[in-house]
Amino acid sequence: MDTQIWTYVIVGVTFLIYIGVAIWAKAGSTKEFYVAGGGVHPIANGMATAADWMSAASFLSMAGLISFMGFGGAQYLMGWTGGYVLLALLLAPYLRKFGKFTVPDFIGDRYYSKQARLVALICALFVSFTYVVGQMKGVGVAFARFLDVDYTTGVLIGIGIVFFYAVLGGMKGITYTQVAQFCVLIFAFTVPAVFISFQMTGNPIPQMGFGGTTKGGAYLLETLNELSVELGFAKYTEVNKGNLTNMFFITAALMFGTAGLPHVIVRFFTVPKVKDARISAGWALLFIAILYTTAPAVAAFARTNLINTMSERAYNDVPEWFTNWENTGLLGFEDKNGDGRIQYVADAEKNELTIDRDIIVLANPEIAKLPAWVVALVVAGGLAAALSTAAGLLLVISTSISHDLLKKYLKPDISEKGELKAARISIAVAVVAAGLAGLNPPGFVAEVVALAFGLAASSFFPAIILGIFDKKMNKEGAITGMVVGVLFTTCYIFYFKPQLGGGGTPDGYWFGISPEGIGTLGMLINFVVALVVSRFTRPTPQAIKELVEMIRYPRMYD
Amino acid sequence: MDKNLKKYWRTNLRYLAILLSVWLVVSYGCGILFADQLNQFQLGGFPLGFWFAQQGAIYVFVILIFVYVRLMNKLDKAYDVDEKE
Repeated sequence: MDTQIWTYVIVGVTFLIYIGVAIWAKAGSTKEFYVAGGGVHPIANGMATAADWMSAASFLSMAGLISFMGFGGAQYLMGWTGGYVLLALLLAPYLRKFGKFTVPDFIGDRYYSKQARLVALICALFVSFTYVVGQMKGVGVAFARFLDVDYTTGVLIGIGIVFFYAVLGGMKGITYTQVAQFCVLIFAFTVPAVFISFQMTGNPIPQMGFGGTTKGGAYLLETLNELSVELGFAKYTEVNKGNLTNMFFITAALMFGTAGLPHVIVRFFTVPKVKDARISAGWALLFIAILYTTAPAVAAFARTNLINTMSERAYNDVPEWFTNWENTGLLGFEDKNGDGRIQYVADAEKNELTIDRDIIVLANPEIAKLPAWVVALVVAGGLAAALSTAAGLLLVISTSISHDLLKKYLKPDISEKGELKAARISIAVAVVAAGLAGLNPPGFVAEVVALAFGLAASSFFPAIILGIFDKKMNKEGAITGMVVGVLFTTCYIFYFKPQLGGGGTPDGYWFGISPEGIGTLGMLINFVVALVVSRFTRPTPQAIKELVEMIRYPRMYD
Repeated sequence: MDKNLKKYWRTNLRYLAILLSVWLVVSYGCGILFADQLNQFQLGGFPLGFWFAQQGAIYVFVILIFVYVRLMNKLDKAYDVDEKE
């Protein structure tokens, strides 16, 4: 069977599974709709969190990015995993003990203020919406390349599927579908990696093969370093010393941003106990680590393979996949010196091969000549990653509207049934809106994702941490801190991102920090401002101090 | 405020300080700031700094959470604040 038929079969089967799970896990109450009834097993929640977290970017783009960055790619690897340590130790158990539905719930109650809730609500909506548009784009691209439908149809099919199980099942449906999606995506990511690792190093475990030897007996990474230097690139494993401060700040912004993302935090409201919230973060990170420790191995294998297969190859002798990708415009060859061979070198004047980083994961199985069903599996995995993240984000958006805005702000006397209906309507609207935005994605999707992390780090993270660990933190301090942190981060990003219309150039970066890393500074500013302001304004009411006490202990004695 | 509870909270903060120091050292220390120096050493086929940045730090993160869970479950029991079934 050829790749296309395999892809239809595997994608079709996985979609049927998701729909089946959704029908089985229909939500009957707002508690089920918002937090899956609060009865999810910690391991299941770990899988759901992992699928929720690993987006189209983790699955499709990350290994490609690392492949071209070498050592520096570690900022994504550490940045997108290290945040879970913060989540497990500093947030998840306490927020579970607090036991409401959303992040704005916590901010609003802890800071006894509707304004604080509103600020949190706006941040949550903004962060989630920018993020979800990127997922819809991922779905469209995957469909367009492999199922021979156009981009628009691809996005529409994606909307249809998410619409079905999110509107019907709410958090309950989403959680159990995410468990299924996790299994699909992790299988799809590791299978080709195992094949390639075995092919290249004789060791089936990519994490070990990566540090193993190739057929000639030399270490793989050493060979890759030599190949890179020959072509004029930096050594693959070499530390870029000029960039360390920036790498430090970017890694930190991704970590603290992860710990502040509402769609991740809300997952810890779904387990029964404080104890479960802690262990569930551990399971989540373990499941995420499977992909995140495989990805750098895939990156190194792909890079080596690419150089070995492409460098100095005669153009009329290229394999079929090369032509396929050339047709999509994501791969390009221009014979500058007219010798009919591909020169792939660091020097831009002489380089003849242009490669879009996003195709590495999708093209990798083809480059390594793996069977057609493996290629199909990767497509299903990419779709699972994009759909699971999109669903989690859409739920945050709908909860923010029906619970935080409607129930807590505009219409407190709404009935349970009315709120559930409102939740279903708002998720339906959110799905359609995200889909429409995905059909005409603004060109700057990649840029706004940096903004999402920066905002999460500079708004929620300090407000939640201080709310738990500093009893004296009052509403004046927290609100000022959030507003100043967010404004600073937003202005900096807009100013230094030409795609967003800013006039700044990299020479003007403060301490050499690029917009991707500025959330760290915004977060520090938030902390300082909040602490200073809170010490000069009215003290926290007694009832709030008691609330903080309550959050700190899994059970108070009776 | 109950003295016992205060002690529970202080112990918790001490655990956090220790675990987060390890977190800081492996990721920002070994994986970024000192990676270049560590790269002089080899771990199998990996330069050591590169290994920490792309593999080791992540393994340590996972271990840290499971250690934390163990410590806290014991602490909860010792101070009788654990959740009953």
